[in-house]
Amino acid sequence: MTTPSHSDPGFERLIRDLATDLPPVRPLRPPFVRALVWLAAVAAAALVFASFSDLPVLERRLGAAPDMWLAAIGSAATAILAALAAFRLSVPDAPRRWAALPLPSALVWIGASGFGCLRTWLVPGTQVADLDHARDCLVFIVGLSVPLSALLVVMLRRACPLAPGLTAAVAGLAAAAAAATLLLFFHPFDAAATDLTVHAGAVALVIAANRAFGRRLLGGNLSRPT
Amino acid sequence: MSSDDIIGRAMPASLAEDVDRTHDTVASAADQRRSALMAAAQDGDGIAYQTLLRDCVLVIRSVARRRGVPADRADDVVQDVLLTIHRARATYDRRRSFTAWLTVIAERRAIDLMRRTRRHQLREVHAPHALEAHVDETIDLGHGLAQAEAGGTVARALATLPPRQREAVQHLVLEERTLADTASLTRRSAGSLKVNLHRALKALRRRMDPVDPGGASR
Repeated sequence: MTTPSHSDPGFERLIRDLATDLPPVRPLRPPFVRALVWLAAVAAAALVFASFSDLPVLERRLGAAPDMWLAAIGSAATAILAALAAFRLSVPDAPRRWAALPLPSALVWIGASGFGCLRTWLVPGTQVADLDHARDCLVFIVGLSVPLSALLVVMLRRACPLAPGLTAAVAGLAAAAAAATLLLFFHPFDAAATDLTVHAGAVALVIAANRAFGRRLLGGNLSRPT
Repeated sequence: MSSDDIIGRAMPASLAEDVDRTHDTVASAADQRRSALMAAAQDGDGIAYQTLLRDCVLVIRSVARRRGVPADRADDVVQDVLLTIHRARATYDRRRSFTAWLTVIAERRAIDLMRRTRRHQLREVHAPHALEAHVDETIDLGHGLAQAEAGGTVARALATLPPRQREAVQHLVLEERTLADTASLTRRSAGSLKVNLHRALKALRRRMDPVDPGGASR
């Protein structure tokens, strides 16, 4: 393995420093597999929440309002696709257009939730969340997003994203969408305008916080010594 | 007319295909060799890693040139990419082409550097005499250098710098030349010298930091 090659004296010292006492590294598993590990952790949390939730009521509610099904599928798909995109973006040779992967499902999620708002105007007597419940939703989404984001950032840090801000923001979308999906277990309300605004605000807050903090944690990977 | 055009006109189509095939075979052999070296580096083989990184310098320079990075900034791209390869070596998939992996990283780093340079230029005010007239009272560089020189630290730290940064420190700090003299001596622009001096001092401070003397690999 010592085939002679051209040498640039300007970088000789740097190259020797990098190669001295080189520790072996275990090649990372493909981004798709690492995303599945994170999604498995989310699925485990879903199983725990399901055991505390009134599932027959949830089933009746979703059955009566197809747009809620669509919103739930949209948020779950957004969590899955955003996690895949974040892990793909975490390797240095990934095209940045991977960040657009969760956008179609996010549009379905937003669209279906918006349709839910319309239904509360059209169907009299629909049960909607008041401000206190909306605040609880905010706390739930933000509170659950913190551990999910932390796990995601720790896993992403093992790779080396060249666009740390973008990667962290997509990771934030994955965590917030997963938290919003899990909220369904404890959310016996139809979407109202205030509720939807609070959900959107919580998701935006999680994405912004991830971008701000995750960017530093993921970007530091490039300047940290081994 | 390019050499490819001349060759294309002078040789029959079958021969041109043979030349292309030979070129592909050589490129493929080089890529396989690099992939094998990187796999060995992932297993902790430092000699293979040195050979690979030396080989990478040429590829990175070529990518930087193709991306329009000015000659006096090419060293920065090379340094950035070498450090990125080091940090990201666990993400390299042995089943894929190493050269393709390296090329994408080098292109990204070259584009990032160009963007940073453009942003920096937009913020910068053109004041050619400002650096010469400015006295930085926060540092006692002469005293610090004298102390460090006594232990041979400066010489060792200087040797780790890219050539253009080393040149800027040598002329502007150690030999105390003016910016104008150095620019005319080295045939580099004052702006380029300032940028290289700034980066060199930052790197030297980090490398000679008694708290973290291992900063050389950063």
